[in-house]
Amino acid sequence: MVHADRLVRVFAGRRAVDDVSFTLQARDCLALFGPNGAGKTTLLRLLAGLLAPGEGTVLINGVELKSGAAARTQVGLVSHASMLYGSLTARENVEFSARLHGVPEPAAAALRALTLMRVADRADTPVRTLSRGLQQRVSIARAIVHGPRLLLCDEPYTGLDESGAAALTSALLERREAGAALVLVTHNLAEGLELATQAAIMRRGRFVRHEARALLDASAYQSQYREMAAVDG
Amino acid sequence: MDDAIANTPPGVLAAAWLVARKDLAIEFRTRTAFLSALVFALLGVTIFYFAWDSTAVSAVDLAPGVLWVIFTFAGLLGLQRSFGSELADRAIDGLLGAPVARESIYVGKALANLVFVVGILVVTLPAVVLFYNLPISSALLALAGIALLAAIGLVAVGTLFSAMAVNTRMAELLLPMLSLPFFVPIVMGAAQSSARLMAGRPVAEALPWLRILVAFDIVFVTACTLAFPFTLDE
Amino acid sequence: MTPPVVVFSDVERTPRDPLLIVAIIAVALVFIRALAFTPIEALQGPAQKILYVHASSAFIALYIAFVLMAITSILYLWLKDEKLDRVASSAAEVGLVFTTVVLLTGPLWGKTIWGAWWTWDARLTSTLFLWFIIVGYGLLRGAVEDRGRRARYSAVLGILAALLVPFIHLSVYMFRTLHPMPILLKPSSPSMPPEMQITFFSAFGAFLLLFAALLRVRYRVATLRDRLADLEQERA
Repeated sequence: MVHADRLVRVFAGRRAVDDVSFTLQARDCLALFGPNGAGKTTLLRLLAGLLAPGEGTVLINGVELKSGAAARTQVGLVSHASMLYGSLTARENVEFSARLHGVPEPAAAALRALTLMRVADRADTPVRTLSRGLQQRVSIARAIVHGPRLLLCDEPYTGLDESGAAALTSALLERREAGAALVLVTHNLAEGLELATQAAIMRRGRFVRHEARALLDASAYQSQYREMAAVDG
Repeated sequence: MDDAIANTPPGVLAAAWLVARKDLAIEFRTRTAFLSALVFALLGVTIFYFAWDSTAVSAVDLAPGVLWVIFTFAGLLGLQRSFGSELADRAIDGLLGAPVARESIYVGKALANLVFVVGILVVTLPAVVLFYNLPISSALLALAGIALLAAIGLVAVGTLFSAMAVNTRMAELLLPMLSLPFFVPIVMGAAQSSARLMAGRPVAEALPWLRILVAFDIVFVTACTLAFPFTLDE
Repeated sequence: MTPPVVVFSDVERTPRDPLLIVAIIAVALVFIRALAFTPIEALQGPAQKILYVHASSAFIALYIAFVLMAITSILYLWLKDEKLDRVASSAAEVGLVFTTVVLLTGPLWGKTIWGAWWTWDARLTSTLFLWFIIVGYGLLRGAVEDRGRRARYSAVLGILAALLVPFIHLSVYMFRTLHPMPILLKPSSPSMPPEMQITFFSAFGAFLLLFAALLRVRYRVATLRDRLADLEQERA
């Protein structure tokens, strides 16, 4: 369903993403761990179509991502930045995204997404008046309103309170039910492993570990990861 | 539930129109940039009036120069804010992740800037006519046409440069520095043709300058639209 | 970790670059020939000799440096080769030097012949705008830190500037011809006696050599700077 094949991306002589390959089926969730600067954000941007790979391809349902604009509607991205327009309301932000993707009945879809993220009651105030946690919820609504088959999340739980985290998890589960694949970048191993069907550790642009979640023992994995982090730090 | 399969991404112009509407909605919400540019333009026109020796230079000779120079600087004020909202919270990533052509982003923003600049002209042009007591009733339509041509050129170049300048440390200085040499043919063309029309000269005399304006617009709207994708980090 | 050991042998070689030495000698010889061995023009007097510097610099600035900058800009956007960006920026910088020479010698010449420092002569005015454009190009490069982005932005500006130049020339020319202005002598008279022609073309050749030599030196500096940045990145 989602196939990344030998992706390479170079920045100023350095290989930020160095020969990364993986495959995700519908309802798969890849939890991606690794130290800062490992290339996780760059990889996500490659998968979202925001960056072009120097080498390699990204295939979503058999269609190459860089073959044209249309393939990008299959992907949704949530990152630390909210990607919102501060002067516009939550509803306007999400509706704009819906229209840009050509969602049928954009207004209704926007309301659905905002309701799912439990932020519909604040839909009509400018986004910059909302707290960071609420902004994050709106940002997630923006990312899912067009029904992406691949949802990319870059440390999405950062800054969310319990209610927000619960809303996010239910949104991720909803997307998964609908048949989407997820890639979740997080520093919180417990959170990541909870949803994951695959787990990978990225270091200096490469996947140094990549395996099915079912084969892992969570506590052993966590202590191994901590050891690895100690070496890096 | 929603599925991307059902999505029908908008075409190039439709997407551009969405972007333009969004930019105008943002501008209308705050209005500060527009009002600042407008006040700047009116103040500029007024100051020039007091710097003018009316016994030495007639109004019809001075006014076109004043109008188009002020228009250029007021336009720059508007262009400065063009990409600011995109970078503040990385909203541009939302645009780039959407299934729309990169050129649509440029065209949409340029359209929004065009509305902005035309809005300033709609107030400044009558103000100049009023303050300098210009006899222009006959040439009004032609003047509006010249204004539109000049605005298109200004916005085409200015939008592209603001896309680049916004990513630098010295955006406020860089945008005028890069743009002003490009505005020279626009200001010359607009000022020379409108001066002749205001002085009641035959249209044929203004024609060479109008041709330069039109040629400039065609060349630079095309070139800037094609060049815009190269200003993105992809 | 031990710091990397790098031998910058190129740096030692640069001051003794043979092309630069030849070029400097050529320019010196042309100066001598122009001042001592070329007849003085009847109408303008000794000041006419500024032409040899002025006209050569003007031609090289616009038709060599700027065109090179424009072509490498287009090629860079197409091929994405960093070397092209280095050539473009070197051509712009050396071109700026030549453009400045034109703008300094022009008024000097004008003052001695016409009695006025600046007359908005069409060609000189166009050169002034070219100067502004190249300065803007340099400012843009200075303001962007990321190398790839800097190269892309510069290339876009270079291409747009190339498209602008014909418009500037045309506008300024029309402005001059449709405006009543003092009638001026056409300084570069087409019929030059053979001795002057030889000096003229030798001057052009010598300055062209100088341009090529300076371009090469500047290109080397750019290459070294990039290599240093790469090494520092690796170490970080």
